[in-house]
Amino acid sequence: MEFKTFVFYFLSAILVLAGLRVITARNPVHAALYLVLAFFTASGVWMLLQAEFLAIALVLVYVGAVMVLFLFVVMMLDINLDRLREGFWSYLPLGSIIALLMVVEMGLVLGGNYLGLFESSVAQAAAEDSNVQAVGRLLFTDYVYPFELASVILLVGIVAAVALTQRDKRKNKAVSPSQQVFVKARDRVRVLQMPAEKSE
Amino acid sequence: MTLADMQFVTPDLRLAAAEIFISLMACLILLFDLLVKDRKRTATFVATQLTLVAAALITLATSSGEISYTFSNMYVGDLMGDLLKLLLYVTVLVVLFYSRGYILEREQMAKGEYYALALFATLGMMVMISANHFVIVYVGLELLSLSLYAMVAMNRDSVPATEAAMKYFVLGALASGLLLYGMSMIYGATGTLEITAVAERLYTGQVDRMILVFGLVFVVSGVAFKLGVVPFHMWIPDVYHGAPTAVTLFIASAPKLAAFAMLVRLMVNGMIVLAQDWQAMLILLAVLSMAIGNIAAIAQTNLKRMLAYSAISHMGFMLLGMVTGVVSGDARFALNAYSSSMFYVITYVLTSAGTFGMILLLARGGLESDEIDDFRGLNKRSPWFAGMMMMMMFSMAGIPFFVGFFAKFSVLQAVVAAGYLWLAIVAVAFSLIGCFYYLRVVKIMYFEQPVSPTPIEAPAQMKILLSANSLAVALLGIFPQALMSLCAFSLLRSL
Repeated sequence: MEFKTFVFYFLSAILVLAGLRVITARNPVHAALYLVLAFFTASGVWMLLQAEFLAIALVLVYVGAVMVLFLFVVMMLDINLDRLREGFWSYLPLGSIIALLMVVEMGLVLGGNYLGLFESSVAQAAAEDSNVQAVGRLLFTDYVYPFELASVILLVGIVAAVALTQRDKRKNKAVSPSQQVFVKARDRVRVLQMPAEKSE
Repeated sequence: MTLADMQFVTPDLRLAAAEIFISLMACLILLFDLLVKDRKRTATFVATQLTLVAAALITLATSSGEISYTFSNMYVGDLMGDLLKLLLYVTVLVVLFYSRGYILEREQMAKGEYYALALFATLGMMVMISANHFVIVYVGLELLSLSLYAMVAMNRDSVPATEAAMKYFVLGALASGLLLYGMSMIYGATGTLEITAVAERLYTGQVDRMILVFGLVFVVSGVAFKLGVVPFHMWIPDVYHGAPTAVTLFIASAPKLAAFAMLVRLMVNGMIVLAQDWQAMLILLAVLSMAIGNIAAIAQTNLKRMLAYSAISHMGFMLLGMVTGVVSGDARFALNAYSSSMFYVITYVLTSAGTFGMILLLARGGLESDEIDDFRGLNKRSPWFAGMMMMMMFSMAGIPFFVGFFAKFSVLQAVVAAGYLWLAIVAVAFSLIGCFYYLRVVKIMYFEQPVSPTPIEAPAQMKILLSANSLAVALLGIFPQALMSLCAFSLLRSL
């Protein structure tokens, strides 16, 4: 076994285990941290494919920005763990049988083909040019259509977020200063003429 | 090949002119809406409708009738795509028209963003219809779904709507994951994501069949979710029921056209060589959908929920046409079978739009009238619209001579021609069960007393359009030939 193959299997094993822990970890903070590990290992796999730029972008964007934000949100939300776990044990037997069955099926289907590393038609990275150059050029030539569509998706995300969260101006009791300066004494005090009442 | 000698071909933008126009106009309408002071957003509404009309003209003008590719083969323009897009514009136009009164009565929905999101959803569907690349199928699907999630949740103070949006979002994300996983498997097996190139490599046979079929299962699951067929149907009743009726109308009509196009692009254009495999999967989905859809619909008291189960059974029936294209390696019947499916989905969209339009017609003063009991004695309140609703119910049940009958008939013809007699018998049996709940609505409208004999009040335009929609169901039933040959011709020139 080549060293590269060994590294691939090593990283893949960590990736799968980390992914597993993301959904099984009891503590949401731990789950988020395992997700960080998963991203990190995935970037290692990309590095093996000589896609350095993508690997670095994954770490910078997902680990550096998205996951930090995610952790903040998780820590701010006061999640009641016990309520989330309700019914877990009663669902577990059936769930695990099904999951086990699926794993066995997948293993049977794929096992024969995965004895060697998958050397195939997957496009080789262009080693002659730098990674950034290759990604940039493809993004703005061959992949310009999905690139533009992805920007529309981002726009939809913004529009949806604004439309779903924006409320009309709160009806508070503050007075507009521009109207306040025009106030006259007449507006403040109203003198009423009332018939005097006799005291008893 | 190194990057240095890579040739860049400027994409032919004319082919995608309609998509470019819609995306530009959606952005402009978003900005334009800031200047509209009117609380009813009439100007935004009119601009949206005009955009759809203009897009239809652009599609008509740029349609060449040939199969042509652009954007490095990621975009395909063909007659099937053009026909579906034209129907899509009409559907969205009609849907927004029906929804107008309903959203004006709900403060949070009567915003310019609603129309912009509808246009973005339309763009997503157009992208799906002319996709020739797995990435484009996925991106179009996400564009459509994200817009729909937001539209479902737009009525924020309604708890059912928020719950429906959340369910739709979570399950939709799961389905997208399945689809992507399948696509990545197919990429692993064939080394390409371009649909026509996948077809070529499958044809020459230098692929790993095991991994391919493995990926196919996931792709079929993803598509089945979007079509809403059993066992990926759980979201349909809750979303249809919980969403504001105007949005339910949107979800129940136009996206079916796009889902059909997605099915054709992925399965027929891309993986026709694997027809034996995916046909077997689709048969299972179709039979289960017809069974569960029709039987569960009987138990419903809410009309939206009943129509949701009916949608499941209709999509199952539509799939029957897709499973009979290739019989033991012989694709003689393919054109006939696929065009019967296309006819089915188009007429279903027409009928579905009319039926939900009728629910919107009855919903007044901010109240829903989506219970079947709300249609009690409709004949006393408005004989004309009771007649229209009856036509729609008859068409959905497949009673001759309404369009639903011919749709079912042509699909069954394809099924029998392909030699699946048992499948045809099963389909007819479940359709008969389905007749029960459609006819129950008719019975309630005609033979029971109304709760309150108030006549129906609605703007004249809405009444005219709804009547036209229902009459189209009847007229197409008498003259189905034109639309049928149009479907067959467009597929003949596209496959």
